[in-house]
Amino acid sequence: MITPFSYLGLLRLVLPQAIVVIAALCALSVDLMFLRMSETRLRCSVGAIISLAGCAAAIVWIFHAPQSANVLDGMLVLNHLAQRIQIALLVLTMLTILIFIGSTFTQHVSEYLALILLATVSMMFLVSTQNLLLIFLSLELLSLSLYILTAFNKRSIQSVESALKYFLFGGISAAFLLFGFSILYGWSNSTNIVSIANSIHGPSLDPLLIVAIVMTVIGLGFKVAAVPFHFWAPDVYQGAPAPSAAFIASGSKLAGFFIFYQVMVIGLAGAEGSSSWHAYASGWVPVIAIVAALSMVLGNLVAILQTSVRRLLAYSAIAHSGYMLLGILSHTNQSLHALLYYAITYALTVSGAFAVVALVEEETGGDTLSHFAGLSRRAPVPSFCMLIFLLSLAGIPPLAGFFGKFYLFSSVLTSAEGTLSLLWLVVLALAMSAVSLYYYLKVLKFIYVTDPPTEIAPMRISALRQVVLCLIALSVVLLGCAPDLLLHWL
Amino acid sequence: MRAPYRSAGTVVLGNLAMLAWTIYISFLGVTGLMLLPKDSVRTARILALLTTVAGFVVTLVGFAHQRSGELVTVTRLHWVPSLGIEFHLAADGISLTLLLLTGIVAITGILFSWNIEHRTKEFFAFYLALIGGVYGVFLSFDLLLLFFFYEIAIIPKYFLIAIWGSTRREYAAMKLALYSFVGSAMVLIGLIAAYVVAGAKTMDLVQLAQFPFPIHFQMWAFPLVFLGFGILAGLWPFHTWAPTGHVAAPTAASMLLAGVVMKLGAYGCLRVAMTLFPRGLDAWGFQMLGFGSWRDVFALLALIGIVYGAMVSLVQKDFKFVIGYSSVSHMGFVLLGLMTLQQIGLDGAVLQMFSHGIIAGLLFAVVGRMVYDRTHTRDLSQLETMHLNKTIPFAATTFVLAGMASIGMPGFSGFVAELQILIGAWRAFPLFAIFAGGGIVIGIAYTWRAMQKAFFGLSDQTTLTTPPALPAISIPERIGTIILVATSITIGLYPQLLLRIIVPALHSPLFDGLRKGSGQ
Repeated sequence: MITPFSYLGLLRLVLPQAIVVIAALCALSVDLMFLRMSETRLRCSVGAIISLAGCAAAIVWIFHAPQSANVLDGMLVLNHLAQRIQIALLVLTMLTILIFIGSTFTQHVSEYLALILLATVSMMFLVSTQNLLLIFLSLELLSLSLYILTAFNKRSIQSVESALKYFLFGGISAAFLLFGFSILYGWSNSTNIVSIANSIHGPSLDPLLIVAIVMTVIGLGFKVAAVPFHFWAPDVYQGAPAPSAAFIASGSKLAGFFIFYQVMVIGLAGAEGSSSWHAYASGWVPVIAIVAALSMVLGNLVAILQTSVRRLLAYSAIAHSGYMLLGILSHTNQSLHALLYYAITYALTVSGAFAVVALVEEETGGDTLSHFAGLSRRAPVPSFCMLIFLLSLAGIPPLAGFFGKFYLFSSVLTSAEGTLSLLWLVVLALAMSAVSLYYYLKVLKFIYVTDPPTEIAPMRISALRQVVLCLIALSVVLLGCAPDLLLHWL
Repeated sequence: MRAPYRSAGTVVLGNLAMLAWTIYISFLGVTGLMLLPKDSVRTARILALLTTVAGFVVTLVGFAHQRSGELVTVTRLHWVPSLGIEFHLAADGISLTLLLLTGIVAITGILFSWNIEHRTKEFFAFYLALIGGVYGVFLSFDLLLLFFFYEIAIIPKYFLIAIWGSTRREYAAMKLALYSFVGSAMVLIGLIAAYVVAGAKTMDLVQLAQFPFPIHFQMWAFPLVFLGFGILAGLWPFHTWAPTGHVAAPTAASMLLAGVVMKLGAYGCLRVAMTLFPRGLDAWGFQMLGFGSWRDVFALLALIGIVYGAMVSLVQKDFKFVIGYSSVSHMGFVLLGLMTLQQIGLDGAVLQMFSHGIIAGLLFAVVGRMVYDRTHTRDLSQLETMHLNKTIPFAATTFVLAGMASIGMPGFSGFVAELQILIGAWRAFPLFAIFAGGGIVIGIAYTWRAMQKAFFGLSDQTTLTTPPALPAISIPERIGTIILVATSITIGLYPQLLLRIIVPALHSPLFDGLRKGSGQ
């Protein structure tokens, strides 16, 4: 079915993506043509400025010309929500670039920036499509960029190793996803998730559809690092350069969760089943309930044992994926909002945390807990920001993490229409978040309580980094105190 | 639904709107302290003291303008309109009593930590953050807001103990933080469930208290929330954070922990669990192990706390552990008073919260600041040889006074409160009242033992050496002592001062459900 449309109109719809691609090409070409002989710092700054300008221009364009469209049978679906998420993704990309400025792990700064921007483009496409084919393509583009970003620190064998692991796991999961999608296509004769949903009838499910559901959950579960598809996460979080890790934990997670929600809730509407206590019914909800429960339990319990802060953040990310999956399985409009609030604030917080980790690594050469000892006296501002980030992750008010949890869990309970049948998942989640306080406090104990091992020398931290950290911390506090700012905006 | 109650009791008064400033002032103090230059120790102390004094003055003004029986809205703003959550601060007699307690303990706590030299600025910043959170809990009438402040109070406690504490500080701090957090997770489950079940998109305490929650829901929500708050109130067998936490904490933090933070738990039990889910106290309709309702279960746990705490503190070797376990025992009285559901028992419970806050503060000040900071030991057998009654007579006198207040000597606040609780308990559970009375007797024994060992040690024939000279008791310590002793005696002699506002508050429509349940 071909509908007449103008290429110019199409260009208008994807102009933000186009701007970002142009920024990526500009950053590359300026670097290669004019700055080949300059020192890395300058090249890094110029590249970053071009990339930031590109992202900013894209944001301005989206704000300036809000679009609503559904082109080519769901290939490109633009609406208010999708555009807001695109803006959030662009902001997270800008934060990643700001964290990157001043890093010393690579000489190839423009390539790094270009890859980040390409990943951003793929995420922007990902959140604005309802077509399985485009979802898969965008996911692949995103994953390929992330594999390279992970391997970018060529001097570190860990970085390369983790990238290879990420690549192997990612390849297998992509195969699962493609398999699931192909079954869905074969079963419904359409790649548009809305039409797929239309061909699902009745409470009893076709066995083929069940296979497709499981395959899809595996593929997307890998993307959001949910147990048992999480094995890549700790290694990647530990091995990847800090900005890459921040990017994987923030932007890619937000996009991943949004598309997970879309595929499940829109694409498999009618095949929900139920995970209510005493009233299970087969469908995708119980599958996700199991994955969510496992993620919360395993992520939180294993995080307790970690001595590397990066690995600790990785396992906490797995646990947070578990919480966020609750937002998917309760599949109401309110829970989508709760999920997005949670994912955006989580992404902000975790990129801030990785920025602090990056600082500490540059200064002390490692990321184990003992490298953080006495940080509060060496670098009071980053320490205080880390306090805010970690407490927000633990869900302590007045920080965004607390409100995120409250909103998410109350929307999960509301979804069952006053019957509280999903209470078991909420109880599990809250019990596990009580566990999580232990390991977050353990990090903070090293920062604030433990004495620094050697003579106290205040860290020299560039003003830019301090400002970026303070901005992130401030937004975490602000969104926690006035959550309506974000809720209304979405 | 809201209208009848508002018209009956809610008045907005200019003077009481000031009460919100107790919270703001504390957090402004935190900000101020953080902005101070690194080594301005003296300024930090004075700033902290001024902040707490200002908070106390505001409370006093509110107290003076309180007309009995009113629930006064202090501030009411939309906070998260999409979820119906409001920034709703209000005060009734119970809140005001506890605000007053917080103000007094906060000021004296700073006076007793005048000698903190290590990271002074941060110490007072955490201290004021804790105070701000506590004020917030006592003023919140929106459940989410209450919970918000309740959790804010967890983190400063952790750092106060972990950085400035003594014996096994990191263990004690973590234990306290995790116990509090587990408790608050239980509370949060109950609150979210109540929010969803009521389905009215409101977290307003007054409105939710009028909502008839289904009985089967209240039957599980009540124990969950009560236990969640009860953990912080030192409910046996979840009290174990209390002695270790109190012992490890620096003096001011133990004063706050025993004096105010444990009251947060008891306050939550009364204000949230019992107000929202009064039917949860009803009889189950069957007997299990001799229990007929959650009320029986919690009353027994409270009683065990009273007797167990007293007996354990009878055999402690560490002076501070004696006081730590005595707190568990005295908080048992509060919880027993709540479970009597008798008017007099509830009055006594609230008064006991105030009274124990003052007395525990005083006891910890003597043990932690006056004795331990000077002798660097809390071992009773070592203190026995030091003749502290000769070297620091002021401490000895204070401890005698505090001890008398603690054992419920008439003339001190503890007497009035515990007597009321016992009368209430006698009406509700006569057998329990007898055992609780036994707890008081053991209380006399352990206080006596500690007093004798710590201050009036071995007779002079065994050790003829002159006792080592100790630094004299400083002026701030004297002022702090006088404030606390005077408060306890004032309330002891004229309890009406507080009962005047506590009793009508417990008669307010907010507790209708509770009264109907108890069949009064």
